Formats: sequence, C-alpha cells, structure tokens
Amino acid sequence: MSAPLLCLDHVTYSYPGAETPALDDVSIAIEPGEFCLLASLSGHGKSTLLRAACGLVPHFHGGRFAGRVTLAGLDTREHGPARLGGVAGVLFQDPETQLVMSSVRGELALALESRGHGAAAVARGVEEVALALGIDSLLDRSTHDLSGGEKQRVALGAALAGRPRLVLLDEPTSQLDPVAGDELIGLLRRLNQEWETTIVLAEHRLERCLSSIDRVIALEHGRVGCDSDPQAFLAWAAERSPALQTPAAKLFALAGLSPAPAGVRQARATLRAHDLLPEEDPARVDRPQPGRSTENGRVRRSQQPPAALECNGVWHELRDGPAILRGVTLRVQPGESVALMGRNGAGKSTLLRHAAGLLDPTRGRISRAGRVALLLQNPGDYFVHERVADEAPAQALAAVGLAQMAERNPRDLSGGERQRLALAIVTGSGDEPALLALDEPTRGMDREAKAELALELRRRAGRGQAVIVATHDPEFAAACADRAILMADGRVIADGTAAELLAGGWYFATETARILAGADGVLLPEQGAELLRARQVDAGVRAGTEGPGEAVLDAPAIGRGVAR
Amino acid sequence: MRVVALFYRRLPSPLHATHAAVGALWAAALTVAALVLSHPLVLGALLAAVLCAGAGAGVGRQLARSLRLAGLVSLPIVLVNVLVSRQGLTVFARLGDLGPFGQGDLTVEALVYGAVIALKVTLLMLVTTLASLTVDPDELLRILRRLSFRSALTASLATRMLPVLAADAQRLAEAQRTRPEGAPRGARGRVALLRAMIGGSLDRAMDVAATLELRGFAGAHRAPRLSRPWSRHDIAFLLSAVAVLALAVIGRFASAASFDAYPELHAPVSAGTIVLSIALAAAVLLPFADRRGIDG
Repeated sequence: MSAPLLCLDHVTYSYPGAETPALDDVSIAIEPGEFCLLASLSGHGKSTLLRAACGLVPHFHGGRFAGRVTLAGLDTREHGPARLGGVAGVLFQDPETQLVMSSVRGELALALESRGHGAAAVARGVEEVALALGIDSLLDRSTHDLSGGEKQRVALGAALAGRPRLVLLDEPTSQLDPVAGDELIGLLRRLNQEWETTIVLAEHRLERCLSSIDRVIALEHGRVGCDSDPQAFLAWAAERSPALQTPAAKLFALAGLSPAPAGVRQARATLRAHDLLPEEDPARVDRPQPGRSTENGRVRRSQQPPAALECNGVWHELRDGPAILRGVTLRVQPGESVALMGRNGAGKSTLLRHAAGLLDPTRGRISRAGRVALLLQNPGDYFVHERVADEAPAQALAAVGLAQMAERNPRDLSGGERQRLALAIVTGSGDEPALLALDEPTRGMDREAKAELALELRRRAGRGQAVIVATHDPEFAAACADRAILMADGRVIADGTAAELLAGGWYFATETARILAGADGVLLPEQGAELLRARQVDAGVRAGTEGPGEAVLDAPAIGRGVAR
Repeated sequence: MRVVALFYRRLPSPLHATHAAVGALWAAALTVAALVLSHPLVLGALLAAVLCAGAGAGVGRQLARSLRLAGLVSLPIVLVNVLVSRQGLTVFARLGDLGPFGQGDLTVEALVYGAVIALKVTLLMLVTTLASLTVDPDELLRILRRLSFRSALTASLATRMLPVLAADAQRLAEAQRTRPEGAPRGARGRVALLRAMIGGSLDRAMDVAATLELRGFAGAHRAPRLSRPWSRHDIAFLLSAVAVLALAVIGRFASAASFDAYPELHAPVSAGTIVLSIALAAAVLLPFADRRGIDG
C-alpha cells in the first residue's frame, strides 16, 4: 500500500481567542487518487481541516495547534503554504477573492511564475490547464468580465496550473447555479479518474456529489464522526446526523427501503428492480395545470385580489450593454410564496431589485401593495454595528429567534444566524412588509439552517405576506414555495406550481422528483415516501394475486418499515 | 447603478494587439507631445487624434466620459488663470480696483493661456485613460516583476481589486438602502457605515492574502522573460511613437508651431503649422488603419 498523500495525526486546533477547538483530535489518512467528501453542519470544522491540510492553519491564521499534518511527506509545521502550494491546489468558496490578476492568462500563469518555472513551462502549463478545464476560449478575457461559473473555473485552473497532486475545495459550488455546479463536479471527477488527482471536497449539498466520490469524512464538532464509503456514511447519517442525509437517502428511509442510495441512478435502479419505479409520462411536463395561466394577466383583473407585486412588461436595459430584463410580466398575490430560479445571469437578482425599488425599469411598470423588504445575497452587508441589539429592533429580533443573542457581535454569528439577523433588519418591527424578497438566501447554509429558513418563510406566507425567493437550490425551493418561476436571458420562460416546474427537469428539479421521474408532482422525500408506500401496497396486492415468487415485500433489498 | 468600466478589457483593436510595453511607450510619446507642444491648433489636432484613436481602439465611449470630466477640471483652470494672471496687454473686461489684488483687468492673453493649459490637462487625462483601457496591466507589471516581484504584484492586485471593491461598496450601499429606516444617518451612522466598509475590505484582503500565500507569493521568483513575436501592430505603434516624438521635438523648436501668450498673443497659423498638425494626427492614427491579424 502506498504512503498516504495527506495525513492528519491527532490534530487539535483552536483559532486565536476561541474557547473551543475547531478541530479536535482529528486523525485521517488520504491515499493518492482518492476522491473524498468532507461533510458536516456549518461550523463543525470542514474549512479548518482544509486550511490545516494546505498549511494556512497554523501559518496564516495563528492559534493553538497540536498534532501533526504531513502533505506528501512535508510536515506543515516546518513548511509554509507557499511550499505546500506546490503539492496542493486550493479552491475556496468565493472566486472573487481568488482571482488576483486582470486577465485569465495572467491568472493561470501566476502560480507557475512565482514558483520559478521558465517561460516555456509557464506557457505550456497555462495552455494545458486551460484545455483540461475547457477555458481556453477565456484566456484573453478580463477576469472582471467573467460570470460566476467562469470565475470559479478559472480559480480552479489557477489552483491546478502547477499540476498539484492534491486539490482541496471548500464549497466550490455554493455560488453556482445547478448546471454550473454539476459541470464543476463532473470536471473534478474527470480530473480524479483521468489524472489520478486526489480530491478533498467540502460541500453542503451532498446529493450533488455523493455518487461521484469514494469516501466520506463527516465531522461533528471538529471530530471525525464517520470515515467510510458513501453507503456506510448514509447509514451513519440516518442514525447520528439526519441533517446530513441526502433527499434520496431520506426518501428511502421514510419509505422503509434500504440500502440508502448514493444518487439518482442507484435509487432508480433499486426501485426498478423492485417494480416500485413510477412510469414516466412524457406529456406531463407540457400539460397545463389547472388554476394558473402561464402568461400572467390573462385572467380578468376584476376577478383577482390586489397583488402584492405586479410587474407589467418590465425591461432593464443597460446604457452600454445588453438588456438584463426583457418584458417581465409577473403578479404575486398576498400569501403566495414563489421560488425564482434560473442560471446565473438570468436576471433573478435584477428582478428582485426592481421589486424593491432599488432599480427603475427602463420600460414597463411595477406596482406594489406596500413595503417590499429585500434580503440581498450577503447578510454581512447589512451589519454596521458592534451589537446585534443595535442592528434591529428587539421585536424583530424576537421574531427570528435571536432575542437571546442581543449582546453578540453580528460578525460572530453562524451563517444561519447571520441570515436571520439580516432578515430581522430588513423586515423591521413596524408595519409588516407586503412582500418579502430574498436573493439566494441559502448560500453556504447547511440543510438544518435551510429547513429553519423555509419554515420561517412558510410562516410569513401563512400570515398573508407574499414571499419571493431567488434560489439555485431546488430542494429549498420545493420546501418553501408553492409556485416556481424559471427565468432565462431576462425573461420568464416558465411559471407554474412548484410541483409542475420542479418535478419535470434535470437541473431545476429536486432529487426526489428526479428519482421518481416527476410522478404525481412529488418533490420532497416525505411526499415521495408516501407515493412509494402506496406502490408497495399495490405491489403487495399484485404479488398476492400473481404468486408468492414475485413478491416485492420479500425482496432482500427492501428492509424495515415495509407496509404489511 | 453600474460600476463605470474604466479598466483594461481585451478588445479586438490594433492597440490592444500590441505588446504592453509598446502600448505604454506609444502613450508615453503622446504624453510628451502634449507637454512639449503649446500651439493651440497643434494641440487641438492632437486632441482630435486621441479621441479618434480611442474610437479606433473601441473605447470611444469611455474616452468621451473622460472628456466630460476633463471639461469640469478645465473650466476652473481657465477661470482662475483669467482672474489671477496680471499679464497680457489686451484687456477685454475691467473689474475695477480689487484692493490688495490690484486692478482686476481680464486679458485675452490670460484667457488663451488658461485654455492652452486646460487643453494640455485634458490631453493628459485622455491619454492616461486611453492607456489604462488599452494596455494590459498584467503584461506591463510582468515586466516590472522582473525587477521587483512583490511591488509589481501588489500593483497588479490593486488594479484588479479596484473594480471589485467598487462593486463591494455598491453592494453595501444597496443593502443599507433596503433597511426600513434607510441607511444610517448622521455622523455616527456614517462612521458605522465606513467601519463596515473597511471591515469588509479587510475580510476580503485576508482571503486574497491567503490565496497569494498558496500561489507561492512568499517564495516568489523573478518572472521569466516571455518571448512573444512582434506583430505588425507592434511595429506600427512603435514607428508611430517615434514619429510623434520627432514631431513634438520639431514643433517645440520650429517657428511654425511657436506660441507665446504674454505679453501679447503670438500664435501664427502658417502652412507649416497646418502640416505639423496633420502630420501629428496622421502619426497617431495611421496604426489603426491596419486591422489585419486582430482576433475577435
């Protein structure tokens, strides 16, 4: 067996001034060519582990460090990040802070140049990494002009330019739309399989990558809770940390099926093998749903209650650039919760800014029933005070469950808490806003925090507040919205119930919907489990009539909780 | 509101296609010409040529914006010179006795001299804008990195981070506008906002510093010399720079482009002046005529 490429030996680490360690007696060894996933709730040590692996901990961050980390035989206590960077390429969450140069070519060349490579080696390295990542067409572009997905690819390219043996990635897909996110995971898989690059990936949306990886290391309060293959990890998560369960695993668990699947393909294969897979109905996607017109405004206005937000042919055209919104017509009723989806650059954020009055349409008209509270992407942008209590009124803090944190510094809060504080700031304590608009509120949030936020949004919609959420996360969209709108190129290209829209696609669909091929508009594991239980009963009845040899209920793969 | 794009973007133009060193040299030649020449007609021709060059490089809109800004700067220059200068013989307005400042006589010479200075300032601003929009800072600083890696990289970083920080500031301002009570007001509110902005910038600086560490900044070597063949555009702009410098020297010393504001205006317009103006404009613009081999 070869020597491990990365080895953490009883590593305990605390950030400066922290009372509890971020890593607590962590021992792991990662072999060359492995594709590992780091899973945990927010604040349980994923990022710290990655930073320890590349030497930023302790060299850059300081703090108290015990134990030993070796990377390709180099002890990180003796070698700094500059030296270790030759072995490990690192990609963090925000590509904006990882692009240092003005041009893509300059960016890819920087790491090679600063390590003293000759001109020919630099030119070759740049060319090769650009070709490998499919960014050769971007080489002469300005880094400022790139889209989020392109920036993330270029940052990955810069990390890979020196052909590192290990790549460490910290939630690289959190700012990407589902298409770009899947592309990035596919790219990592190719790097791993074709060039045997060792990959350690920290990610919240496990369903996105679980089927591609070899091993999962789950952290709990800075300790290794589970270190196993995906199958065993899912079993562990079901028992110890349900918030880490993927939707597919949750679906199977709720339906009483086992083993938990690592991805859609495995889930469908298991269901097909046991005749539980619903039949696909190709006509379903195009079938109009009762009660909603896909083109707003067709229903007679006199029959409609006053809208919380009404956009009529809204255009946003840049003076020296393209149109960002192209004739958007939209009506959101009080108490309605809407998920706004689409690729990066589709116009979602711009539409929300128009809704809140931050921008004025260059053509078209917007009317609002009252105040619009807009929560922008970075909750930290709202914080200007040193105490939580100074940021928002006590009543608003109590409404989001932060009353007991009034004396804390806003910047010390966890991701979910920061989001809730920002929500308290924009909603205030006075008159309730007629519309609450949220722009990508779940970036970097773990599943538990997302579930809490979805519940809060449901509560607000229940009180008659209209809610509109721009999100890349179909699972979150399904959990918080009744209606979904798909945007592309500044236009609304689909508008329907969440069940209608999120059940019928490849990218903009929940994992449950993809497993069940959108049957009955089922989106969430709980609904899917009900459907599967009903099919198990049907299958049981059929088996009873067809003969005992065909009985699904006797199949070994079907485990606990089967309806009998 | 959008961040004004006054930074380098690679565009399909002959100027963008040159080596950064050649582009910078060409811009330096224009700067020298603007400083050395004083005849209003010649400076006017140079101004027109620079604006046309901006259009030829695909950055005409940004240059027009810069021209408007230069106009705002120029007006006070002219006004101050007219009011302050006590030279010149041709009085066009008398403001009477201004006490300790003496007689307030406004002269045509002071007005023209102020206008010429304003023209020079305008030209310098436009040439700087044109250079920053068309000369690849990465490539230019790469040359400097051979001399001082860290200083040049820091300069690169500043170039790259300017638009990023501008976008950050815009985002922060938007977030504050979405507060029900609006952005924090008063001195304390502004201080709090400023502190938040600085805090955000420092957070970003920490992340960038971490990235640089991992890219080997601490053990950085001298950047290697990259051999990129000289294109026809490099040669054309190099010749243009030499021609502009030569014409500037000729204009400085030849009587055809002589200019004196005081005590009496002396700016003869002869055939030589016109030829010099046309030659200067042609020297600036001719490299833009050849668009062969430009990508995009």
